[in-house]
Amino acid sequence: MITAQNLSKAYGKTTALQEVSLTIQAGELFGLIGPDGAGKTTLLRILGTLLLPDAGTAFLDGKPVVESYRAIRRAIGYMPGTFSLYQDLTVEENLHFFATIFGTSIAENYELIRDIYVQLEPFKNRRAGQLSGGMKQKLALCCALIHRPRILLLDEPTTGVDPVSREEFWAMLQRLKSHGITMLVSTPYMDEASLCDRVALMRDGQVLSTGSPQSLIEAFDRPLLAVQADDTYRMLTDLRQFESTYSAFAFGHAVHLSLKAPVWPELVQSYLLNLKHTGVSVTPIAPSIEDVFIHAE
Amino acid sequence: MQNSPQSPIIEASKLTKQFGAFTAVDAISFEVERGEIFGFLGANGAGKTTAMRMLTGLSRPTSGQARVAGIDVAAHPEKVKQRIGYMSQKFSLYEDLTVMENIRFYGGIYGLPRKQARQAGSQLIEQLGMEAFARKQVSGIPLGWRQKLSFSIALLHQPDVVFLDEPTGGVDPVTRRQFWEMIYQAAETGTTVFVTTHYMDEAEYCGRVSIMVDGQIAALDTPDRLKSEFQAANMHEVFLQLTRPKP
Amino acid sequence: MIKPLLVFIRKEAFHILRDRRTLIILLGMPAVLVLLFGFAISNEIREAGFAVLDQARNEPSRQLTDRFRASPYFTMQEGVQTQAAMEAAFRKGSLKLALVIPPGYGEPPVSLQLVTDATDPNTATTLSNYASAIIRQEWAGRATGQQASALVEVKPLMLYNRELKSVFLFVPGVMTVILMLVSAMMTSIAITREKELGTMEVLLVSPLPPALIIVGKVIPYILLALANTGVILWLGTAVFDMPMRGSYLLLWASALLFVGTALSLGILISTRTSSQQVAMLFSLMVLMLPTILLSGFIFPIASMPLPLQVISNAIPAKWFIIILKDIMLKGGGLSLIWQESLILLGMTTFFIALSVRSFKTRLA
Repeated sequence: MITAQNLSKAYGKTTALQEVSLTIQAGELFGLIGPDGAGKTTLLRILGTLLLPDAGTAFLDGKPVVESYRAIRRAIGYMPGTFSLYQDLTVEENLHFFATIFGTSIAENYELIRDIYVQLEPFKNRRAGQLSGGMKQKLALCCALIHRPRILLLDEPTTGVDPVSREEFWAMLQRLKSHGITMLVSTPYMDEASLCDRVALMRDGQVLSTGSPQSLIEAFDRPLLAVQADDTYRMLTDLRQFESTYSAFAFGHAVHLSLKAPVWPELVQSYLLNLKHTGVSVTPIAPSIEDVFIHAE
Repeated sequence: MQNSPQSPIIEASKLTKQFGAFTAVDAISFEVERGEIFGFLGANGAGKTTAMRMLTGLSRPTSGQARVAGIDVAAHPEKVKQRIGYMSQKFSLYEDLTVMENIRFYGGIYGLPRKQARQAGSQLIEQLGMEAFARKQVSGIPLGWRQKLSFSIALLHQPDVVFLDEPTGGVDPVTRRQFWEMIYQAAETGTTVFVTTHYMDEAEYCGRVSIMVDGQIAALDTPDRLKSEFQAANMHEVFLQLTRPKP
Repeated sequence: MIKPLLVFIRKEAFHILRDRRTLIILLGMPAVLVLLFGFAISNEIREAGFAVLDQARNEPSRQLTDRFRASPYFTMQEGVQTQAAMEAAFRKGSLKLALVIPPGYGEPPVSLQLVTDATDPNTATTLSNYASAIIRQEWAGRATGQQASALVEVKPLMLYNRELKSVFLFVPGVMTVILMLVSAMMTSIAITREKELGTMEVLLVSPLPPALIIVGKVIPYILLALANTGVILWLGTAVFDMPMRGSYLLLWASALLFVGTALSLGILISTRTSSQQVAMLFSLMVLMLPTILLSGFIFPIASMPLPLQVISNAIPAKWFIIILKDIMLKGGGLSLIWQESLILLGMTTFFIALSVRSFKTRLA
């Protein structure tokens, strides 16, 4: 449904995108995972026909993004990262406006947005500027969906949104899959990767790796231990001195310790006990997407 | 005005803020100890930002009282500002100034003498390992470095408390962790850290965590005790349990 | 494509109507400006102290003196009859202008002297202009075909404004400034606002042709600008008795043409800037200041240094003011204003061509 081949883009001297290639299947919920400055927005804008790539090609639904931008624009729904609707229009006016400029009406596609819109309906005469952050995102999603696009491009829809609203938002995207909509969603939150069918990890304008969250985790080949002790911070600095340590990073109340070569957990435990740590526990664990990202070259 | 090391560095008692008929912060009371890392969580619109503004002297409480470093915030907001540092994701540095110029500027507004500011600046750049960037404009340095730099600048005048408003939003996982290591370092030297975040794993790094729901503090304890109280595997679940049931 | 356009216009109207402060300024400012300029000017020039040193004391000199007595702008100080008394009265400030009629006045060539209190140069200039107009009127009746006076400065600009009412000059000027403000500045701000909100990205990926986006945004401002034209015209003619000697149709058509020029400038600015603040600053510096200072609205172009006179040709407002004066004061038809209209049309085409080149079916 979406293919990108060696897309590159630079703004002056800064390289935003470097030979990015991706393939996204029809009906897939695909995540672009990476911190700010990874090139997610640039990639989405090129796919959304809003930017021209310096090099490389991309196709949406078999059509080239540069030449067939008109046809593509009719087929996609796009939600920019800065999108904040018209603050001085009401919920209903916003939705009606976007429906009309896409040549449709609210009634025509109501069934597609019903799930989301019922939550907004009590506030339909409220100005968009007075909605809470989570509500605004929902309205923005409705506006992007109103013309029943086959492809949905969402640029950081959950940034700055609290965990509860974020979870609700992803649940809505999951439900949209049943309508056969292909979705490409960017996010800086690593934990959201597990909610996607497949993801691309991005950093500094490059794709580090692509695959289902599960396959990325399985491909992680360093031994990984979760280490806990009462004084997490001192333990962290001590673990970095440990001879087999490849890297040590805090993950919540534990430290994830990746090793140059497999060692017995007991060896780590006794190393820490020797340094007068208390409450020490060491367990081998499966990596999270965040571990994968940290160790991706 | 100097409070003793034993007394809490932040004391809020029945702190309330109303905007017209809407109560944004509803009589919250809590204390934060010196050197503590205090996580201040809550859903969007729960009143976090409003509460933080009152504590930093940017907004007057409708009723109730807040003391920071022993000073009544509403009565002496200017005095409080000398004793606190502040950093947010949005406002941090002047992009068109160089790293060194930013440091000197902030040193200047907190009244550091020129020589001392320059010294502190060089020291800071050395600590951060940013020698290569010192004469570069901030717009040209990577985001992760900027966050670390603005945190260090918030600590430049050796405040008693540093308020961090979503300091790690959009930052890559490695930098995010390095950032928290800096927070630990600051706390070790006695600086109190008051931090808001949307990353629930970061809540686990805090000594104690408060979770705001609808203008009130719904829970306040160490992450471990909160997890056992709510029978949750991690802070994410605790947060969901507290904020999900909507009235 | 009609329905999306209508919806677009309605949305834009909501933006304008819901932003109370801007709306009040947009609707109130034309009236306030016209009234301010109108009354400030007409008060300043009435009943100025005036004296005649008549050294001729013949029939023509008495006729000229009577003409001055009849003018509402001057109050004759009958007591001032000698050079010494005149100087004393000037020092006291009771005298603003004196006319010295030399012995033997009446047969051309005529030489008259106007003495003014130049401590307030503006008033002095205005008064001496009034006085020279009165003298010219006196001599126009005699139809000698010769130059009326050698000493009195004659400004060709004043020719068709027989009473020299300044409000006649300000009405076209205020109209020009307001149309520029509403059409150019407000549209450039409105378009850049969409860029800031991120809504421009969504509009661009919609099937709407970009031209329609612009047209939809611009139409409400055209209506607003025309409403302002109406208010200013009405105030000018009804309150300040400004004559309207030409065709209303031609006047409205010209206003529409100038609105078009201003809009094309506003659009051009918005395609080159990405924030409301920059658009506003740019509009103020590049559009409003020249419109006010270099168009002949406040400072006569004829008295500017040559380089500025040359630059003033590039200011659309200059040509529109000329058109307005031609229609309203001279009652001129298309034959009189076609050159100026053509210049405005050319400018509009040029600006639109420039903006089409930089507007973009894409970002950046």
